[in-house]
Amino acid sequence: MSEWWTYRPSDFLLFSPRVYERLIESHNAGVWPWQLAALAAGLVLIGLVRRGGPQSGRAALALAGAGLAMSGWGFLWSRYAGINWAAAYAAPAFLTAGAGFAAVAALLNAPLRPTVRPAGALAAVLLALAVIAYPLAAPSLGKPWSAAEIAGVMPDPSALAALGVAALVRRPFLAAALAAVPALWSLYAAMTLFTLGAPEAWLIAAGLALFVAAVTARAVQPYR
Amino acid sequence: MPEIDRRAVVAGMAALGAAGLVGAAGAQQAPKPLMKTIPSSGEAIPAVGLGTWITFNVGEDQALRDESAEVMRAFFEAGGRMIDSSPMYGSAQAVVGHGLKKLGSQQALFSAEKVWISSGRDGPGQIEQTRRFWGVPRFDLLQVHNLLAFDSHFETLEAMKAEGKVRYVGVTTSEGRRHGDLEKLLATRKLDFVQLTYNPVDREAEQRLLPLARERGIAVIVNRPFRQGDLTEELEGEKLPDFAGELGATSWAQLILKFVASHPAVTCAIPATTSVSHVRENLAAVSGPMPDEAMRERIAKALTEI
Ligand SMILES: NC(=O)c1ccc[n+]([C@@H]2O[C@H](COP(=O)([O-])OP(=O)(O)OC[C@H]3O[C@@H](n4cnc5c(N)ncnc54)[C@H](OP(=O)(O)O)[C@@H]3O)[C@@H](O)[C@H]2O)c1
Repeated sequence: MSEWWTYRPSDFLLFSPRVYERLIESHNAGVWPWQLAALAAGLVLIGLVRRGGPQSGRAALALAGAGLAMSGWGFLWSRYAGINWAAAYAAPAFLTAGAGFAAVAALLNAPLRPTVRPAGALAAVLLALAVIAYPLAAPSLGKPWSAAEIAGVMPDPSALAALGVAALVRRPFLAAALAAVPALWSLYAAMTLFTLGAPEAWLIAAGLALFVAAVTARAVQPYR
Repeated sequence: MPEIDRRAVVAGMAALGAAGLVGAAGAQQAPKPLMKTIPSSGEAIPAVGLGTWITFNVGEDQALRDESAEVMRAFFEAGGRMIDSSPMYGSAQAVVGHGLKKLGSQQALFSAEKVWISSGRDGPGQIEQTRRFWGVPRFDLLQVHNLLAFDSHFETLEAMKAEGKVRYVGVTTSEGRRHGDLEKLLATRKLDFVQLTYNPVDREAEQRLLPLARERGIAVIVNRPFRQGDLTEELEGEKLPDFAGELGATSWAQLILKFVASHPAVTCAIPATTSVSHVRENLAAVSGPMPDEAMRERIAKALTEI
């Protein structure tokens, strides 16, 4: 791009906050009551990661991957791409990443090391942020409950949850590969929300910081 | 009647009284907007049009699509003609198409679109897709968006113009980007239109581009007259200068549009809006008295002092 230094994030913002909020609300209305199942699956995910063990790790990976795929297809592709062509590119990336999580779940016997401290604790906080805190953001900011964003339905909390699981993957190379799409998306989403003036951006930024902290912690004290 | 002739007649009628064109709906008789001439053809168009960036990108949201259609209805009723969009603007093109379908064929429409794709080979396909979104037989104006792959796209546009598939060709930029390159194109190519950013605080175009456009007989479309709403937002609640009354201006937005549209090289300013009252206000801005040079400077000074 020529004269790229003259561009600001707002030059790439294609839609108004009002249109984005209404899009989320109409998506939530369209998929109700799937949110309840997604929320339950998110809580199960946290439980699986806390419990540890080979089978729990595999199930957690599969759930995180399913969240990416569902939100990628259901929201990014079917709704968001209508007002933001970047989402049309992100959707296949979410599906691919979701397949990656599923493949690791299927092929590796004990893929996660959730109980190592402090990386495990940081990842657990990140998962709680994605599954529990994120849906509460909209209502606590004075928006209706129909604007709540739930992991497994909406891409932003799904990406954060995926990062929480990826941070615990035993092999560093695999962890990095699985984290790539959700991390890039989280950066993009945080920038978009900052530009829209939406405080949810801070939650995503906090999620990314937790992810970086978890990854740093395991680099200092590698999983065995 | 061949399309060009019909267009010329429509344009002539618009010059006589654009408000009358929209029939019964326009019965409340909006005042006539200032008409400006496209130098390459002599056709006159109203000095205020309608942009669609962000404002019309509402996706599948039916309520907001209908709101956009109402903005278009008010725009035509007030005598507006030029609507500008781009493949870059998400769903905005389809939303314009929705509005046109809902309002029924709009004879007054002056459709201004863009080609925006990195490969010249993909240009014709994109233009055809854009045409389907609008649901029009052809565009009045096609512009190379932000000079992207200019040479190859411009070749396509010139060929389309020669075949009568588009009436005017042009190029766009914004926010002062690539003015050097633009100057070269204005000097060397046969452009009907150039689109750039100009307003009382972004006046760089006055130095070279506007005089050059005038000299070369190129019509000028002004984008971002309100700096994407930053100007109108900052000026909200600020007292209007005393001379606003002399110009019949009731808002800062109107003063800004009067400033922009009264530059002799400017053909049409294209503010975007989601609001029916704003679109009326914007067209009314060029329906009353227009500022002379001294008054233009007073507007600019009043604005920059805030
Ligand atoms: N490179 C390019 O080719 C290029 C680049 C930029 C823009 N453009 C074109 O130029 C058009 C105009 O530029 P823009 O949309 O960026 O910015 P703009 O027209 O300067 O500003 C649009 C904003 O001004 C507000 N507004 C409109 N009329 C108003 C009024 N009477 N009083 C108060 N506020 C008012 C609107 O808010 P409300 O909805 O509340 O009225 C809207 O948010 C674009 O839509 C696009 O078609 C082309």
